[in-house]
Amino acid sequence: MNTSPLTIAGVNFDSRLFLGTGKYSSGSVMAESLSATGSELVTVALRRVHTDGRADEILGHLDRGRYRLLPNTSGVRDAKEAILAAELARDALETNWLKLEIHPDPKYLMPDARETLLATEALAKRGFVVLPYIHADPVLCKQLEEAGAAAVMPLGAPIGSNRGLETRAFLEIIIAQSNVPVVVDAGLGAPSHAAAAMEMGADAVLVNTAIAAAADPVAMGHAFRLAVQAGRLAFESGLASRSAKPIAQPTSPLTSFLSAVGV
Amino acid sequence: MSFVDVWQQHDFLSVEKSILNKTAEDVRQALSRARSGLSLDDLQALLSPAAAAFLEEMARLSHELTVERFGRVMQLYAPLYLSNVCANVCTYCGFSAQNRIPRKVLNDQEILADAGVLRGMGFEHILLVTGETSRVGVAYLKNALRVLRPQFSNLSIEVQPLDQPDYEALIEAGLSTVLVYQETYDALTYPKHHLSGPKSDIKYRLETPDRLGRAGVKKIGLGALSGLSEWRADAWFVGLHLRYLEKKYWKTKYSISFPRLRPHEGKDITVTPFYERDLVQAVCAFRIFNQEVELSLSTRESEMFRNHAFRLGFTSMSAGSRTNPGGYSSAPESLEQFEIDDDRSPAEVAGFLRQNGYEPVWKDWDQTYDGFGQSGNLTNSLPAQAGKIRDLASVAS
Repeated sequence: MNTSPLTIAGVNFDSRLFLGTGKYSSGSVMAESLSATGSELVTVALRRVHTDGRADEILGHLDRGRYRLLPNTSGVRDAKEAILAAELARDALETNWLKLEIHPDPKYLMPDARETLLATEALAKRGFVVLPYIHADPVLCKQLEEAGAAAVMPLGAPIGSNRGLETRAFLEIIIAQSNVPVVVDAGLGAPSHAAAAMEMGADAVLVNTAIAAAADPVAMGHAFRLAVQAGRLAFESGLASRSAKPIAQPTSPLTSFLSAVGV
Repeated sequence: MSFVDVWQQHDFLSVEKSILNKTAEDVRQALSRARSGLSLDDLQALLSPAAAAFLEEMARLSHELTVERFGRVMQLYAPLYLSNVCANVCTYCGFSAQNRIPRKVLNDQEILADAGVLRGMGFEHILLVTGETSRVGVAYLKNALRVLRPQFSNLSIEVQPLDQPDYEALIEAGLSTVLVYQETYDALTYPKHHLSGPKSDIKYRLETPDRLGRAGVKKIGLGALSGLSEWRADAWFVGLHLRYLEKKYWKTKYSISFPRLRPHEGKDITVTPFYERDLVQAVCAFRIFNQEVELSLSTRESEMFRNHAFRLGFTSMSAGSRTNPGGYSSAPESLEQFEIDDDRSPAEVAGFLRQNGYEPVWKDWDQTYDGFGQSGNLTNSLPAQAGKIRDLASVAS
């Protein structure tokens, strides 16, 4: 059973599972794993690839006919560095799509809200399709949308932590009020986390560590594919409302006075 | 306030005693906090003799945590020795000023000759190493960075401690990372090994990472040279230093190395024991203590050790190292700083890693991140490509 396609910047995606390309034990394991996920959009760290046309372990294993590349700026610390990296990526990888990652903090890789907003605005004006990685901050997501972001990518938990949807309450607000696709980006550690994000109404999820660091990345890639499909199908099918706990009957009903007032 | 103030609050011998008194229960408690965060006291437990009985458990945990954070990858780099001229007299170093060995400072052509060999081997991350002398000062280093910047993705240095403005000038010239090992944090032992020369000032050396943090360098490498004093206490001080720096200079990345004394030119000195088993314990302790720090495995270690230990927490390895200036392209081995113990070529090391399910990573940085453009097809597309790209304020507004 098919779910509806996702559209970002006029491009349709049948798969709502986006992938990272880091942390794999080899380019061939990465390629096999990506294939098992059915993904059509993969992000590539600019710092890891040769930008002068030479072959490398990542680009050499990516079929550009099958996967749209989403270069990311992981490693840059401010808007200025991000814009330079973006221009390099556009030129070297021949795409104007960009996953904007600005983290001045190299330990927890927390995104810088102010610099990300600045860079999103500048890059959108320069013709980039900008997908910013940011905190699950509903106001910031609206500001990014106004600044020209093609989608927003709030984090579910600290990146690489595999902790799941720890920002759930904020993601629900972001999803409820967003006019651009919402891609839950970081911290999804298990297929059930991805399914839960999709059931909430996220438009897509991006996964890397949970698949690349699994004992069997290919099988785990397949598991995530099924989970994302199941979660999306559940969302589109309209989840039945959860049954509430039966409320015990009080001995003195709170509304019994109504009969006494004769209405 | 600098790290010296923190360092002075901890007496080396008391720290050593505290570590020796840790119990199996302390180790269990520390391990139980692996995913919620360890204290500096927990680090003492993991470095203690009591933790030796938990080595297998620590190794498994360290491996798991490293794969989660970094993946099954190993970053490869090579040292490029620019000079072996040194004004210091250090008891343990082949470059020591009193050693009567031929001295050499590479000129531009010689630097490029070695760089060409390293590029041919596939290296993108290069560590520039010198002895400590005014002859090889900031002007020389700046020139070396200028010569090498277009050749590699990432440039690091391991040279004498410098003042903050000097670091700022080198960062401007394309420097990413500075390694500065304290050698030992033991105030009583330090002067016994650093007999004369600028290095004999322990406080200036202790404050070097502070100056680097203020200068805004992207990565700082820390470490103690095991064999000079009691390794457990020295390793703990590295942890203390790391925690202090991470909180104060939060935009900087950190790495730790575990250098051990090696056979070298010069006098025989008494080496305090630090065996391979201890090295594994130290590496695992650091990984469990800090899941984000990079840990480096040197060619000072044997092929056999490296082949087994690489997956226990390390994230980068040198390979094919020559520790003498000009060593890759021409010069004889007699100028070397220390003997290496893994003679395999970088291609052999990379092949070994692949066979064992690890991807060798040659490039994990881009000179764009240091504000530099690339020669070749990108030259005309960026705003101002010749050399350092300046004045980008308008770009972001």
